Amino acid sequence: MTGWWICARGIFWREMLRFFQQKERFFAALVRPLVWLFIFAAGFRAVLGLSITPPYVTYVHYEVYVVPGLCGMIQLFNGMQSSLSMVYDRETGAMRTLLVSPFPRSFVLSAKLVASVLVSLLQVYTFLLIARIWGVDPPWLGYLAAAPALVLSGIVLGAIGLFISSAVKQLENFAGVMNFVIFPMFFASSALYPLWRVREGSVLLYQIGQINPFTHCVELIRFALYLQINWLALAVVIGSGALFLGAALWAYNPSRGLVGRRG
Amino acid sequence: MTRPDPQAAPALDVAGISHSYGARQALDDVSLTVPRGRFVALLGINGAGKSTLFNLITRLFVTRSGNISICGHPVRTEARAALARTGVVFQSRALDLSLTVAQNFRYQGALHGMAWRDVQPRMTTLLARIGLDDRAGDKVGRLSGGQLRRVEIARALLHDPHLLLCDEATVGLDVKSRADIVADVHRLAAEDGVGVLWTTHLIDEIWPDDPVIVLHKGCILARGPARDLARDIAGDGTLQDAFLKLTGADADIGVGA
Repeated sequence: MTGWWICARGIFWREMLRFFQQKERFFAALVRPLVWLFIFAAGFRAVLGLSITPPYVTYVHYEVYVVPGLCGMIQLFNGMQSSLSMVYDRETGAMRTLLVSPFPRSFVLSAKLVASVLVSLLQVYTFLLIARIWGVDPPWLGYLAAAPALVLSGIVLGAIGLFISSAVKQLENFAGVMNFVIFPMFFASSALYPLWRVREGSVLLYQIGQINPFTHCVELIRFALYLQINWLALAVVIGSGALFLGAALWAYNPSRGLVGRRG
Repeated sequence: MTRPDPQAAPALDVAGISHSYGARQALDDVSLTVPRGRFVALLGINGAGKSTLFNLITRLFVTRSGNISICGHPVRTEARAALARTGVVFQSRALDLSLTVAQNFRYQGALHGMAWRDVQPRMTTLLARIGLDDRAGDKVGRLSGGQLRRVEIARALLHDPHLLLCDEATVGLDVKSRADIVADVHRLAAEDGVGVLWTTHLIDEIWPDDPVIVLHKGCILARGPARDLARDIAGDGTLQDAFLKLTGADADIGVGA
């Protein structure tokens, strides 16, 4: 086994260990989307009509529509949670252990990102299992097909979190991230309502939703769950993933980035 | 230019390093050498530039002028080889309190490409050396401050480095714990041939024969064995007298906590 693989596996192992030790984090990550599914979806179901739009081939209940968005929500919050823990690690000094590894910084940060994505997959599939019990039952193969989509969307959202963690100097500033990044990304997307319905209310919000990478993460997951590929979403997700990952690695590069410039 | 033989090269060679944060000059043309098997003390008050130098040596900051080599490997161009030979104990705690001692070692080993089967025996040896071999399964958060620092030092030695960097490694500890740790690290340098760069602002951590480098406001003011510095600069005085004379500081450089 090469040193590279040992290093990456060690980073995955630590992330998993921390995740399973923080049971509250697991339940908090699940409760949030379940509240939407069990409570909000029941309310919206009565007032929000959905026409037949791909990937659905028949009318679907609002619960069915909202599940991919809630999968994205789990990954969005997981990405930010990971970002928060990196800021915490940097404040306490634990981050330095990672950064003085002899392996390239881009490698260890990418491994950390992938580890965070794996953690998010555990949460998402647990949620999908509960959703199935609740009556949201995409084809069985859809769960398999959704895996690569979830990995890609997890990388995009994790990379955004990684980039933010490089820019946030103190843990206290993280509340701003919630207000200015997570909530706008989530609500100005197709996670909770289809964009064509949004356009009826606000063309501007519709346009923002269209350029929001989170929208495309959600649509990629939605189509994959029903064994289809949304090519536009795939292209945007891959493109924005490369962009944000590149920005995060740049920011953590001591010779160029934001972290190295600080005293 | 001929490349130094990595086997014969000093553990650390810092040549002409300068660094600034905007307009503030943190280090100005700093050069120093840490031979293998020697304990070298870098003495300076808070803000002298010690931590900046550490960040440059460990590539947390990039070197813009001058060169830093570890065992003959330039940090700028051969970072992997250089850092693979370096163990670091930072001023602030870098252990994961939520993990056990053994789990922290396992993680550290992985970051250096060491498999768990290789980490285990080495960890056992290192923990026995610091008298904590029965605490491997304990959560790090349960250890005392002195034990934590010992574990950090032992962990930094896991991958058998040739250079050990300790940045104010005893900060916040009582006098007895500090003295014990300093003695351990001196023994380590002598017995294992590890070059140690020990930064401190606490005079009592420096032994009379230790090579001392006095860093003040980013500049090296003096260097030499502690005993010689005290004699040459302060007459019949102590190293503390010499330091105060050099820096003009009424700084806290006493016996610490």
